[in-house]
Amino acid sequence: MSDVLDLTIADLAERVQDGSLKARQVTQAALDRIEATRDLNAFLYVAREAALAAADAVDAKRARGEKLGKLAGVPIAIKDALCTTDAPTTCASKILTKVGETNSGGTDPEHGFRAPYDATVVARLRAADAILVGKANMDEFAMGSSGENSAFGPSRNPWDKARTAGGSSSGSAVAVAAGLALGSLGSDTGGSIRQPAALTGIVGVKPSYGRVSRYGLVAFASSLDQVGPFARDVKSAARILEVISGRDPHDSTSSEQPVGEYEAACSRDVRGLRIGIPEEYFGEGLDPAIAASVKNAIGELEKAGCSVKPVSLPHTKYGIATYYVVATAEASSNLARFDGVRFGLRIENAKSDLTALYGKTRNAGFGAEVKRRILLGTYVLSAGYYDAYYKKAQRVRTLIKRDFDRAFEAVDAIAVPTSPVPAFRFGEKVNDPLAMYLADVFTLPASLAGIAGLSVPCAPTPAAGNQPLLPVGLQLLGPAFAEERLFSLAAEVERRMGGVRRPPSA
Amino acid sequence: MAITRDNVLHVAKLARLELTEAEIDRMQSDLSGILDYVNQLSELDTSNVEATATVAVVAAPFRSDTPIPSLPHDLALKNAPRSSSDGFAVPAFVDE
Repeated sequence: MSDVLDLTIADLAERVQDGSLKARQVTQAALDRIEATRDLNAFLYVAREAALAAADAVDAKRARGEKLGKLAGVPIAIKDALCTTDAPTTCASKILTKVGETNSGGTDPEHGFRAPYDATVVARLRAADAILVGKANMDEFAMGSSGENSAFGPSRNPWDKARTAGGSSSGSAVAVAAGLALGSLGSDTGGSIRQPAALTGIVGVKPSYGRVSRYGLVAFASSLDQVGPFARDVKSAARILEVISGRDPHDSTSSEQPVGEYEAACSRDVRGLRIGIPEEYFGEGLDPAIAASVKNAIGELEKAGCSVKPVSLPHTKYGIATYYVVATAEASSNLARFDGVRFGLRIENAKSDLTALYGKTRNAGFGAEVKRRILLGTYVLSAGYYDAYYKKAQRVRTLIKRDFDRAFEAVDAIAVPTSPVPAFRFGEKVNDPLAMYLADVFTLPASLAGIAGLSVPCAPTPAAGNQPLLPVGLQLLGPAFAEERLFSLAAEVERRMGGVRRPPSA
Repeated sequence: MAITRDNVLHVAKLARLELTEAEIDRMQSDLSGILDYVNQLSELDTSNVEATATVAVVAAPFRSDTPIPSLPHDLALKNAPRSSSDGFAVPAFVDE
């Protein structure tokens, strides 16, 4: 790995700011490395020219004597669900390809939808002088937990290329884990940042609902979606979150709560913090090696002066059922906009009426999992089933939220595993939708409650036989807008675990 | 509760998805399995529990009622599969 791509974000930005490194040089190193690791399929689109032009602009800005931003020259990957003016946006779906008059382009990301505006988070990264190197692969429309639902092939896990990188923000995780970018953005609706971060051994943050603007994020489930950062170390993730957070007039759900000092919080003492351990997250189905790693990390927090006490989250087991009703209902409504009329794929012939155009376009453009969720969501909202499914799930959502409210009266944060299993092999779950949904069991409840969460590596699984060492994620959960506290705890865990670990192939 | 073939056809029509025969069979089986799992929610008595539709901490703030420029016409049409000078072109859907 090139040395510059090994730096933390703060170190790299400082060197670009003081002129000892050129943004151009860093960007070229990232692009070279992306080219050399094409087999990982981390990117759907590499923004080579735009990235080099942005790097030159940053270098020119410095040459003029202007002050550079907090992410000066830092290569960042963007999940393909976020709109960018200088690169296509496809959500890894064929329905956002073949764009333009007469549908002349191909069904590939190169011919993807061209957004007329930048997502607010993208604009904020650019304003901080970050270099956007490309659009990261993902499960189609962020629906999946392995990256295998991408219409353009899955991303591979750099720790073992026969395994998935988790999902849905699979490419964003792989880009960072393999050192192709120093940070990336993903979106987390039910675990899509935390779970791939855990499976690829990096840091992933799901901010509180409302912390980060979703303007320009292609909507999946609007009462759950949040944008958040990935990075190799806790402090780097904190810096990205500081840049992208805050009220945005274009997103009425974005909060006016002041943005925290997340980076400074990484150096704060955690002594005296109360950590809750819910037994519901340590039962049947949890890989014993993961349980051991997570308990070890909790022990380290105790050594650092935290107190540890049991808490109860009794409705945890209903999280999956609740989520797959609420999220699919919202998705079925959000994805109605993909109709073949205003953008993307259109299937029509001389005899097509409008209904046939909709039906044929949508069936050809969406993949199997997206169709499954649209149908499920339509069903639970349809006459006769609305109360039994949708209304019921919304009520259970209240119970799940109350569990957390009660727990946070007694503790400052909750520590649990991010995923019950380490990175799984391709094909292991993809043909059984329910088995795939169960992979999200530990991340869904926090999404339903809208609270803050992150995943931090807590040592690889101890070797068993010839198995490769696979990363394990510790998930830290806190009340809404308690991100600072989570960064303090995660940084403590990282220091005590001996810092950042790299996959063998990177 | 098992999903019937008619249920699948009905929601596919509502969702504007023209499924193939093989997809209809597959979805019938997948949706039945998922809804069987979802039915565990009926174990819980929620008669006195309010529904949560959003977890936003505070109500969305008002903004001033000031006009701002909207997306230029040509930019809005740029990604359209078929457009005419004044809008998105679609097949005729009103009988003459």
